[in-house]
Amino acid sequence: MAFLEGVKVTKRFGGLAAILDLSFKIDQGGIIGLIGPNGAGKTTLLNLISGSLTPTTGEILFKGKRISGLRPHQICKKGIARTFQSVKLFGNITVSENILLGSVYGKPRGLSRTNHSTETSDLLKFLGLAGKRDVLAKDLNIVEQKFVELARALATKPDLLLLDELIAGLNPSETSLACDKIKEIKKKGITIFMVEHVMGVIMSLSDRVIVLNHGEKIADGTPEEISRDRKVIETYLGEDSEC
Amino acid sequence: MEGKHSPVNKLFFICFAWLVAATLPFYSPAYVLLSITSILMYVTLTVSWTIFCGPTGYISLATATFFGIGIYCAALLGSSLPAPAVVLCGGLAGLAFGVLVGLICLRLSGFYFAVFTFGLSELVRHSVLWWEHNVSGTVGRWVTGTSITQAFYSLLVIASLSILAAYLIRRSIYGMALKAIGESEEAAEHAGINVVVYRIAFFAISSFFMGMAGAAMAAKFTYIDPNSAFNPLISFTPVLMSLFGGIERDYGPILGAFILTFISEVLLSRFPYFYTLIYGIIFVVVILFMPRGLAGLLGSGHQHKFMDH
Ligand SMILES: Nc1ncnc2c1ncn2[C@@H]1O[C@H](COP(=O)(O)OP(=O)(O)OP(=O)(O)O)[C@@H](O)[C@H]1O
Ligand SMILES: [Mg+2]
Repeated sequence: MAFLEGVKVTKRFGGLAAILDLSFKIDQGGIIGLIGPNGAGKTTLLNLISGSLTPTTGEILFKGKRISGLRPHQICKKGIARTFQSVKLFGNITVSENILLGSVYGKPRGLSRTNHSTETSDLLKFLGLAGKRDVLAKDLNIVEQKFVELARALATKPDLLLLDELIAGLNPSETSLACDKIKEIKKKGITIFMVEHVMGVIMSLSDRVIVLNHGEKIADGTPEEISRDRKVIETYLGEDSEC
Repeated sequence: MEGKHSPVNKLFFICFAWLVAATLPFYSPAYVLLSITSILMYVTLTVSWTIFCGPTGYISLATATFFGIGIYCAALLGSSLPAPAVVLCGGLAGLAFGVLVGLICLRLSGFYFAVFTFGLSELVRHSVLWWEHNVSGTVGRWVTGTSITQAFYSLLVIASLSILAAYLIRRSIYGMALKAIGESEEAAEHAGINVVVYRIAFFAISSFFMGMAGAAMAAKFTYIDPNSAFNPLISFTPVLMSLFGGIERDYGPILGAFILTFISEVLLSRFPYFYTLIYGIIFVVVILFMPRGLAGLLGSGHQHKFMDH
């Protein structure tokens, strides 16, 4: 039984197939990178997994059970958390309250209020936000907001974490900090499925890379295999010399 | 963050205010009691309006519907049931209709929510008009069974309960979840919040209090028709009152309801022709110069923080 499995998943928007007949299997543990040119369907795939969208045809299974068709809050409670390509925070409540909500409403663990508060404090410390705990989320800069969003996702205690371009827009030192955090999250046993355009980051972090183009999987393998794949070089790496 | 006022002082003040209010019928003239009763009614409507609309920021203009349903419950049941049962029925009818409206408006937020709820409440008013005219064959109905003292006590209890509910919800994780829903429904869903259930449940809770207020207030009207029971002005007043008082503090909506009801009673008796004009001017001034209401002017403007409790 695969940890996460997609069975012939198709998602159409009108005539356009953003995801076309896509099947994939992901095992628990490790970091899986998802790359592809703009409009390849990466965000759409994350939306399908997290329940923002339901597949037009096909189904998605998590730990052997069908999750496609469930609402996002149900999927969250089953242990899948996500961040958004364009940050979506609760701007008018504080940083710690953003995270606390994730902790309280995430995967049910029967914790007391104090435990949720402790968990929130730990996450604030983990992501270097302890000094900002009482700041309204909208008053943070965009990089800090991305970290709060990551913290909120982690607060739901996911087994699978979906990251949509977390690194995009970060400067080199912030990028390396974020990479360290991602590695630490992996060490905690959380499986990470991450979309990223920065090839250097994807190639160094990922244990496995999936390449999408026009909604179809064109390659799937270790970073070394991907960087040698002719099809990938032609459609993607060739035109994008970031690595 | 509570400033100079310690919790003990606050509690003392609340008990004192309650005691004064509860003994009011024994020594105050009837017209004062009547005024206080309508103040309590507006306090209930405003405070219960803020239960859902405060944290989410979705402006509901359907208050008149739930209030009117409560009034009609009283008109239909007033002669056959004891007063508390009538009030409870009004509340339950408001609750049931709140669930329905909540379901219908589920996909809407912001501006669309305001317009649509207003449209719905007008639809209800016209439907009741049509029904009374064509099916029941009446224009209006007599409300029987209660005295003004009874209405006063009912509203005192309902207003207190709605204030208590608003206070507790605001300080609970539910209040914070509602804020989160207002900020981003999508992010709230993905953080595990059941947005559909929360939207409907808390909208219905506020409708419950509105329905009870209508049922309790019916006695004051003695005679009702659909246009007075579902008066669209009732939908706008709580919005104005809570903006005027300020929704960032617990006392804001209460203060707003108190002051504006008082002002409007005075205006209505002194300047019956300019009443709505002056009221309109207040509305404009509030929007332009007091975006955070009286509470915003008085307090340090600090937001209520969940973690402090
Ligand atoms: N809600 C939607 N309605 C209609 N079309 C959509 C919707 N979401 C995505 N699309 C279309 O589906 C295709 C895939 O979009 P998607 O956002 O998944 O791409 P992406 O790989 O994440 O791209 P990027 O790298 O730019 O973020 C695009 O052509 C896009 O216009
Ligand atoms: Mg994308």
